[in-house]
Amino acid sequence: MAFKVIKPGLLALVQDLGRHGHQSIGLTTGGPMDEVAFRWSNALLDNDSNSPEIEITFGMFILEAQADTSIAITGADLAATLNDKSITPWQTYAIKKGDVLAFHQPVWGLRAYLAVKGGFICEPTLGSVATVVREKIGGLTGKGDKLQKGDLLAYQACSDHEQRSVPRLAIPNYGNKEIPVILGYQYQSFSTFERANFFSCDYKVSSNSDRMGYRLEGKEVHSDLKGIISEGIAYGAIQVPKDGQPIVLLQDRQTIGGYPKMGCVTRIGGGILAQQKPGDIIQFTPITVDQAEQERHLQMARLAQWR
Amino acid sequence: MSHEDFPNIEMVSNQACLLTFSQVISEATSNYIAQVTQHLVKLAGIVDLVPSYTTLLVVFDDDHYDRFAIFKTIRQTIEAIDPNDFSVKDQREVVIPVYYGKEVGPDIEDVASHCKLSIDEVIKRHQETTYRAYAIGFTPGFAFLGNTPDELHVPRKTTPRLKVPVGSVALAENQTAVYPSVTPGGWQIIGRTPVNLIDWGSKNLALIAMGDSVRFEPISRDEFLVLGGQLDGF
Repeated sequence: MAFKVIKPGLLALVQDLGRHGHQSIGLTTGGPMDEVAFRWSNALLDNDSNSPEIEITFGMFILEAQADTSIAITGADLAATLNDKSITPWQTYAIKKGDVLAFHQPVWGLRAYLAVKGGFICEPTLGSVATVVREKIGGLTGKGDKLQKGDLLAYQACSDHEQRSVPRLAIPNYGNKEIPVILGYQYQSFSTFERANFFSCDYKVSSNSDRMGYRLEGKEVHSDLKGIISEGIAYGAIQVPKDGQPIVLLQDRQTIGGYPKMGCVTRIGGGILAQQKPGDIIQFTPITVDQAEQERHLQMARLAQWR
Repeated sequence: MSHEDFPNIEMVSNQACLLTFSQVISEATSNYIAQVTQHLVKLAGIVDLVPSYTTLLVVFDDDHYDRFAIFKTIRQTIEAIDPNDFSVKDQREVVIPVYYGKEVGPDIEDVASHCKLSIDEVIKRHQETTYRAYAIGFTPGFAFLGNTPDELHVPRKTTPRLKVPVGSVALAENQTAVYPSVTPGGWQIIGRTPVNLIDWGSKNLALIAMGDSVRFEPISRDEFLVLGGQLDGF
């Protein structure tokens, strides 16, 4: 049984927590742009934490159910409707055969996550279903295709439904525009003055942003280094090319690069950043590794406790 | 290289640390990094490794492992390695057949005139050198191979191509590489290999791994075609 894709929208992708262990041959990880939202969707349905979900960017995405099941929606509010009736994210919904589920356009945030009871059934490639369009890997076909009209998103039919919702406290605030940064890599090559600018000025999300990286426009920052010997790029790395405009490298990032870096955005911060649309304004705020660890552990503990 | 050259370990995020082995590129450093990578890959808690010219990025599972415990594991693993004991027997040699020439290497004339060599001399210089894979990246399986002989140093193209055909063998600065998939690219193309650089169905996935030794072997147009080479793509 399956959901049939009636309208594929702008960009809807099958994702799990990513394809790890192959970066040494240059293969990126993929995975959900908003990991917290992804984890909550599976948690709401008591699924395995790595069960395949659909990441819906922007909206204009319509599905029709071919069998009964239970779903969870988290992440952005994309003005979703179930049989033309408005529904809100961060909770579960019962689905009957023939139901039409639609995600229209962003009201709050940019990317929504759709999980189904038991997870979507999809053959993994190199241990993961995560779709990376650029590298032609993962997804329904295994070849990195985004969802197309007529695609069937298979699941095991199920008539049990449990009404559940994420505790309000645990829902990330996409309106909080302060993105935490752990200083690292070449941050010392940015003078105190440059760093002060970086952490005190507003940056606008460029329309040139995607799953690979978020390009930001604002006060230029410059490193004393012209370039560096190419090195591994961690998730969230903030690369500063010659034009001084920072790029935050996210799930589909290249694995190595030779531009100086200010540090790394945390995964929780990267998730919030990925919910910003072109034109939105953000600020960077420095935090320590300890603070980042505490924040992460708190988030994971909330999920574990709730399960 | 000795234990006084123990790498510097620095946290770069709450799930990754960067090991810096040297400030300069050398074969000795590259050997050391390749060896450390081989040892770390087997350890619990290590999620991903990104070796490069002088550094190794270690990504670990911060939900189940304490970072100080990971540091300790890394330190002990490296201490147990003798950086001088990376003998040639451990190093794989990869031989890549190449059909050189204008038909599949549209920049070979430019390279020859830039280097003040004949086309045959360009081919000879390129194939008589044994290269080392210093880093893999840019796209899956793309190996940065160095160093090309001084006479073959060429700049990147002023305007990169939007589509470089699979298997293109190219030069840039003091490096050479093979394009494993169709991508944009600014390197100067001198030939093409019929061999697949990346194969998701194979055990190693990528033909070349960091630290490998790589040689190119000239083949004729006929041999190229027999081996499954494709002539189109531009």
